[in-house]
Amino acid sequence: MLAFTLRRAIQAMGVMIAVGIIAFSMFRFAGDPVNQMVAIDTSAAERAAIRQSLGLNDPVPVQFVHYFANAAQFKFGVSYQFRQPVADLLKERMPATLELAICATIFAMVFGILMGVYSALRRDTLLAKIFQAVSLIGISLPTFLIGILLIYLFAVTLGWLPSFGRGEVVRLGWWTTGLLTVSGLKALIMPSITLGLFQMTLIMRLVRAEMLEVLRTDYIRFARARGLTTRAIHFGHALKNTLVPVITVAGLQFGSVIAFAIITETVFQWPGMGLLFVQAVQNVDIPIMAAYLLMVSLIFVTINLVVDILYTVVDPRLRSTISRPG
Amino acid sequence: MSVRQSLLATATALTVAIATLPASAQTLRYANQGDLKSLDPYTLKETTTIAHHAHVYEGLVTRDKDLKIVPALAESWEILKPTQWRFHLRKGVKFHNGDPFTAEDVIFSADRVRATGSNFLTNVATDAKFVKVDDYTVDVMLDSPNPILVSQWDGWFIMDKKWCQENNSVAPTPASATTPSYASLHENGTGPFYIESHQPGVKTVFKANPNWWGKPEHNLKEIDFTPIASAATRVAALLSGEVDVIEPVPIQDIERVNASGIAKVLTGPELRTIFLGMDQTRDELLYSNVKGKNPFKDIRVREAFYKAVDVDLIQKRVMRGLSTPSALMVAPPLYALSREFTRPKFDPDGAKKLLTEAGYPTGFEVTMDCPNDRYVNDSAICQAVVGMLARIGVKVDLLAQPKQQYFAKVLKPGGFKTSFYMLGWTPASSDSHNVLHDIMGCRDDEKDPNRGEANLGGYCNRELDVLTDKILVETDAAKRDQLIKQAFEIGNKDYSYVPLHQQALAWGVSNKVKLTQRADNEVLLYWATKQQ
Amino acid sequence: MSDAVVPHQAEPSAPRGRAGRGWLRRALESDVFYSFRRSRLTMVAAAITILFFLLAIFASVLAVQNPFDPAQLQLMNSRIAPLWTADGQSPFLLGTDEQGRDVLSAILYGLRISLVVGVLGVLFSGALGIMLGLIAGYVGGAVDGLIMRIADVQLTFPAILIALLVNGVVKSVFGNRLDAMNMLAVLVVAIGLSFWVQYARTVRGSVLVEKSKDYVAAAQLIGLPAPVIMLRHVLPNTMGPILVIATINLALAIITEATLSFLGSGMPDTMPSLGTLIGIGNNYLFSGEWWIVAFPGMALAALILSINLLGDWLRDALNPKLR
Repeated sequence: MLAFTLRRAIQAMGVMIAVGIIAFSMFRFAGDPVNQMVAIDTSAAERAAIRQSLGLNDPVPVQFVHYFANAAQFKFGVSYQFRQPVADLLKERMPATLELAICATIFAMVFGILMGVYSALRRDTLLAKIFQAVSLIGISLPTFLIGILLIYLFAVTLGWLPSFGRGEVVRLGWWTTGLLTVSGLKALIMPSITLGLFQMTLIMRLVRAEMLEVLRTDYIRFARARGLTTRAIHFGHALKNTLVPVITVAGLQFGSVIAFAIITETVFQWPGMGLLFVQAVQNVDIPIMAAYLLMVSLIFVTINLVVDILYTVVDPRLRSTISRPG
Repeated sequence: MSVRQSLLATATALTVAIATLPASAQTLRYANQGDLKSLDPYTLKETTTIAHHAHVYEGLVTRDKDLKIVPALAESWEILKPTQWRFHLRKGVKFHNGDPFTAEDVIFSADRVRATGSNFLTNVATDAKFVKVDDYTVDVMLDSPNPILVSQWDGWFIMDKKWCQENNSVAPTPASATTPSYASLHENGTGPFYIESHQPGVKTVFKANPNWWGKPEHNLKEIDFTPIASAATRVAALLSGEVDVIEPVPIQDIERVNASGIAKVLTGPELRTIFLGMDQTRDELLYSNVKGKNPFKDIRVREAFYKAVDVDLIQKRVMRGLSTPSALMVAPPLYALSREFTRPKFDPDGAKKLLTEAGYPTGFEVTMDCPNDRYVNDSAICQAVVGMLARIGVKVDLLAQPKQQYFAKVLKPGGFKTSFYMLGWTPASSDSHNVLHDIMGCRDDEKDPNRGEANLGGYCNRELDVLTDKILVETDAAKRDQLIKQAFEIGNKDYSYVPLHQQALAWGVSNKVKLTQRADNEVLLYWATKQQ
Repeated sequence: MSDAVVPHQAEPSAPRGRAGRGWLRRALESDVFYSFRRSRLTMVAAAITILFFLLAIFASVLAVQNPFDPAQLQLMNSRIAPLWTADGQSPFLLGTDEQGRDVLSAILYGLRISLVVGVLGVLFSGALGIMLGLIAGYVGGAVDGLIMRIADVQLTFPAILIALLVNGVVKSVFGNRLDAMNMLAVLVVAIGLSFWVQYARTVRGSVLVEKSKDYVAAAQLIGLPAPVIMLRHVLPNTMGPILVIATINLALAIITEATLSFLGSGMPDTMPSLGTLIGIGNNYLFSGEWWIVAFPGMALAALILSINLLGDWLRDALNPKLR
């Protein structure tokens, strides 16, 4: 058990170092840090001095260690476009993204489970078929198209919901939240649905499949034979058994929810890390791109590690049967 | 801990409490398509940026609602002799951090604004020497008379010497720089507002400065500025009441906003002239398939480009009627005789003939640089131009970029890296001289480094320069207008530029808000009032 | 959908001469084809997919104008509503955009870009994945470990993020100066680099099974290059799963291209793909010119939906467990 945990931890570190190398290469080679910093008429001597002061004359491995050590302390350098430390920019934007991602995940879990259970228990009803169709659409339509569609329906045509931004936010220390105001909550609805739809589909399909599988197993038959009510069987046994993999998948998917927020945030002009990243790509702001890559990887790797370890604690048998979604 | 810092600390402490309350009537929320990237007032000479800075920084002089020069930090001034001006500074003015404003700050700012990296070099003439007479009196000594000295100073803001020195910000932050100077992240002006928080790309909060020397005409306690790049989103925000003022309203949405009953669009002719420029100075274009020579050095090619562009169609289709085609590089309200000029007629066949004569019967390829978030429908105009030029055989590869990258590439600090571009220009001094000097003057880094600062294509005609210098010192208005006329005639005869139009201002303003729309498109909210 | 459970097809793996064609014939005679003919939805999806491919191939014949040629766009014809509305104008069936671009023509040409980028991206990622999978499985050891670790890392990142990063780096290296054709190549590479992992895993798994077989040892003994022989056996065995991955990835690649273009990091306004068109049209969502965004959006949705239906069916048909 300990050996396993240790091995996973070492693997996770390896992944982070690999991502670190990529981020460093981008930072160091894709954009010349000096050229981006000085005016065109800066003299060669001045450029050389800046090179020296930035440590760009050190051997590349030394530079990498330096970069990585800085990154470990959340020092990612300075944004080309905003001329602010990237870490500050990310910190400002992180609450928006995390709040959106959490709301999207909750939405996906609640509706995914409800729809999944229903379509497993009432397989041939019209509603179940509609759910299946919705799931196909959720998986097929590009996120941005869903966002535009929702905006057109609920903001342009009906005028019920705001089409952009976070609404009014409340500042709690460095954290900002939109959960405490009406306009903040209203602003969360459409982006959460847009972002969570894919996960909802996934969970719904998973719940349905797992429920069908569990209902076929011996112990459910046994429970039935014991004379337990259908209700107790469905919700007390079948659903309970389904929830472990569902929660795992939702957990593992949280990382990709954050990454997919890139698109949702752009469509809804949501002031999070994803929007910052898209702007950085458009403006070739390499330090932000590199830092974002590191941040998201860290979130990914941490979640994976935690889930892996929890899993072995909870149920070692399940480890090998779940394929990890990407 | 300075006064401002402690002020900030209190403000931050209060924010939690305040933010939970519903938006007060005196908080005005404003959205612009562009962001406020640097707080250093000498980094970028661009209308939106200057307008933002004008809330927190002040110059010796300022412009009133009708664009007339009026006193600001200088209470009054007198011309002792044509080459010596005396300025009497306002007493008792304090910077936001509590430092007193004195003559030292003026002299410091005059040096800083003319140092390498400043984008405002032409605002303060190089020959002007600033001499301290006493703490509240400054003399400006000139080599030659300059009747428009104070007009040129509009947009030149005074900074705090002590604060700059303490914070390692004595040198201006260049537009191409990426290391954040303290001054690009913080402000310390004397203006009616101070910046409470600045999150680039997200939100900038301006708070009314209770210690401001003047009498506020606004009833605001706070301005929340949000950049919203997407046009549709910006309009939606105005109509849903999420913001009170937006600039610009995309032309296609003006009708809808006016019909909404929630907000109105303030329109008016803008002083900005949108034009096309061509690199006429390199021996070979940077971005073209013509090698060994520069087609734009041939006046026939420039004339062909001029005649191939149908500005009326652009006005009708792209601008939906909200632009005024222009024959001059300056807007009619800024020059009395502008009506005497007319545009050469749109003539694609003639243009094709000219190209053939110039030796390009099948046209050539060239890259066009264009901003896509700066002017009204900028990239759409560029695309339309690309189509029109395609019809005379010129294949234009359009590179439309965000203004940040666009300016970094094509402006002087970026090395004028463009072959063909679109730009808009509002003369900072509200005078033709600025256009003739900055846009149409010869670039000469040795002798006269400031002339032609924004002449990205390097058009040069010494005769025009001679006239420009005469215009600067001519004090007789009628004579001066004639000289300007001669200069513009030279520019037009040379097909130095292709002026397109003056775009219309389009501000979306909530019905709750009253504000003044100035023709230079600076959104100045210190004249805004908002009802409960 | 990269989590698609890809079944390993149970097939005899004895050496066969004309493996490729044999596979094809078997496929047509198999119950896979039978299940195709049984599912009406799948047939409709297949028909729509084929129709889209045909539309893209014959775009230049069908379109009333070449929307990529600025000389053919008349500003005079800008923002015309669809033909059936009061303001409609022939020949612009689905209306025009702000530049006088015929929306239908733009959709046809945009489809072409979507499909070209999608198909090339899938081919590129397939070739890369198969090659790396082969190498990993055959060479084994440290090389295998390295490739599979990279695969693990990459699988945790959504393709869109990788594609955006590739895009940003290319832009940075080439100074944001890419013409439309180069942009196309960048998109193909970006998408290719985002989707190779599943192929590699599938092929590697198959190689590991084959490696222990006697014929490989025999081939090695008589001096035949074992990788070549394995390729000829492994490929037919993995063709089914690879086809499923490729179909699903085609849809994903098209989505990725459209998304990149929508975000402004893909095809430029002067050579719009469906994503670019939707991005442009989005600005006119509020001003009543709905057709600029609606029709490209529908075309994109229909294309992806039908390819996905095909992929779903193919996966189920090749997976005996689900039948």
